[in-house]
Amino acid sequence: MSNECKVDCGRRRLVVATAAVGGVGAVAALVPFVSSMLPSERAKAAGAPVEADISKLEPGQMMTVEWRGKPVWILHRNKEMLDTLPKLADQMADPKSDKKMQPDYAKNDNRSIRPEIMVMVGICTHLGCSPSSKFKKGAEEGMAADWEGGFLCPCHGSTFDFAGRVYKAKPAPDNLEVPPHYYIADGRILIGEDKKGA
Amino acid sequence: MANTNFEKYKSDGSLQGNLLEWFDARFPATAMWKGHLSEYYAPKNFNFWYFFGSLALLVLVIQIVTGIFLVMHYKPDASLNANGVPVAFASVEYIMRDVPWGWMIRYMHSTGASAFFIVVYLHMFRGLMYGSYRKPRELTWLFGVGIFLCLMGEAFFGYLLPWGQMSFWGAQVIVNLFSAIPLIGEPLSIWLRGDFVIGDATLNRFFSFHVIAFPLVLLGLIAAHILALHETGSNNPDGVEIKAKKDEKGIPLDGIPFHPYYTVKDIVGVVVFLMAFSAIMFFSPEGGGYFLERPNFYPADPLKTPPHIAPVWYFTPYYSILRAMVWPLFGLDAKFWGVVAMGASVMIFAALPWLDKSPVKSIRYRGPIYKAFLTLFVISFFILGYLGTQSPSYWGEKISQVCSLIYFGFFLLMPWYSKVDKYRPAPDRVTK
Repeated sequence: MSNECKVDCGRRRLVVATAAVGGVGAVAALVPFVSSMLPSERAKAAGAPVEADISKLEPGQMMTVEWRGKPVWILHRNKEMLDTLPKLADQMADPKSDKKMQPDYAKNDNRSIRPEIMVMVGICTHLGCSPSSKFKKGAEEGMAADWEGGFLCPCHGSTFDFAGRVYKAKPAPDNLEVPPHYYIADGRILIGEDKKGA
Repeated sequence: MANTNFEKYKSDGSLQGNLLEWFDARFPATAMWKGHLSEYYAPKNFNFWYFFGSLALLVLVIQIVTGIFLVMHYKPDASLNANGVPVAFASVEYIMRDVPWGWMIRYMHSTGASAFFIVVYLHMFRGLMYGSYRKPRELTWLFGVGIFLCLMGEAFFGYLLPWGQMSFWGAQVIVNLFSAIPLIGEPLSIWLRGDFVIGDATLNRFFSFHVIAFPLVLLGLIAAHILALHETGSNNPDGVEIKAKKDEKGIPLDGIPFHPYYTVKDIVGVVVFLMAFSAIMFFSPEGGGYFLERPNFYPADPLKTPPHIAPVWYFTPYYSILRAMVWPLFGLDAKFWGVVAMGASVMIFAALPWLDKSPVKSIRYRGPIYKAFLTLFVISFFILGYLGTQSPSYWGEKISQVCSLIYFGFFLLMPWYSKVDKYRPAPDRVTK
């Protein structure tokens, strides 16, 4: 403000101060409205862990359980499936899972606690579609002839191997997420929680 | 509206005359009627392409009226009913099967959504051809871009409401677009959904946006669009400013009053439009799977994505541009750049008034380069639109990358080619 105002300078300052305080008040009034759109207490409480019985899951089979509204896949990999993992490593965007997409106990070549049992969230890391199973090798299920088996996201064509690792140069930036989980007993997995004290 | 100078109405002594005089002394009824209709002078050379503005208004009315009646029966509730079907999905089936004439009201609304975009795309193309966005109509154009964005929001929020498979997974993909923004993306998408996944909270807020928030903004923007247009006066196929040549009364020599001349002409457009609209609504309301997509006849299943998901046709060009970005850049994921490209492909329309450096407005007087670029742009837009409805494929990706380049080239190269292009001087007065 110039010192030579044509109007009463004191009043001008009061007008500015009033407008500033009013503006702060208006912004503060936004807080309850904007906050009301966050997940409610009920939505936050709904993320309880779920238990899955895998005793009847045969090698080569996959089951889906719902956890926090998302599909969690439990894939019992047979030997053939496991054998594809090391030879595909150089086609993967993040073969060693260096990006944080899994708990430490799954940070190994198979991305799993037990080599044959793969637990992962069946939601593509691109835009959240659920990929389809394309387990058969080759072009039988509409894939390329050198396809080794895995998953295809129908939305934008990202492909994943049997460990949920994403292929290079695909829209999905990350491997499929491995949720926190542990074995309660031999054939039972609890999804949504890490083992206490582990 | 610069029409406060209109004389107030003076009664001739009759009852209606007295009433109008009473009214006019308290509300600018005659002034508004004259300013926007009976003494709003529009260029006399409007052609076929000038139907679509008034048709867009007509579709707006159809959408609002049918929407009011649909809300009487629809329930935005994602919980499962006694039969294990989501309540929202079941309430749409109820409208289709049990509410008297409910099927027709819903088909009017769903056909209206596609009709809205057809009409608006043609309206925008008219602007591109005749340079309607050029000075002095930049604000009219910007309000129009706002209307277009708002309309896309309306369509997107509305598409979730039937809570079918395509509703659910479409919303899942679009909301997840926001999570691609570095740092704030993930919290932002949770805030938008109101949950960690698309769920009941999302359905309810989308309902609120669809029926109240966005329509209010849309109405405001449409009022601003028309007021700004009536301030500058309409452009025309010759791109001639008719206000530059006026008679002794100050009326543009090439202007005719909007009412009755264009109101009557537009009624012809309305009749033809309603014939086409009714034909689709009664005989092909699904529009061959483009207006209503088949997977949406299955209730939303959060565990299973349909084998082929695609947005509704009016979003597919931008969706193709999103898919065309497959390279990470500057340490950021390809996903982020896809979202940026998609956002830019819509927002870039707003820059048009400042990109165009041609000395003439209308395509009639422009040279071959602009014509070629506009043709390529339209072809790319259609190809992108088609590819967006298809499953991802190797060649689809390559072609969509080329078309995206052309799409952006049309805009970004415009400052150059619109300047070097040949042109013929525009006439002083409108031609036939």
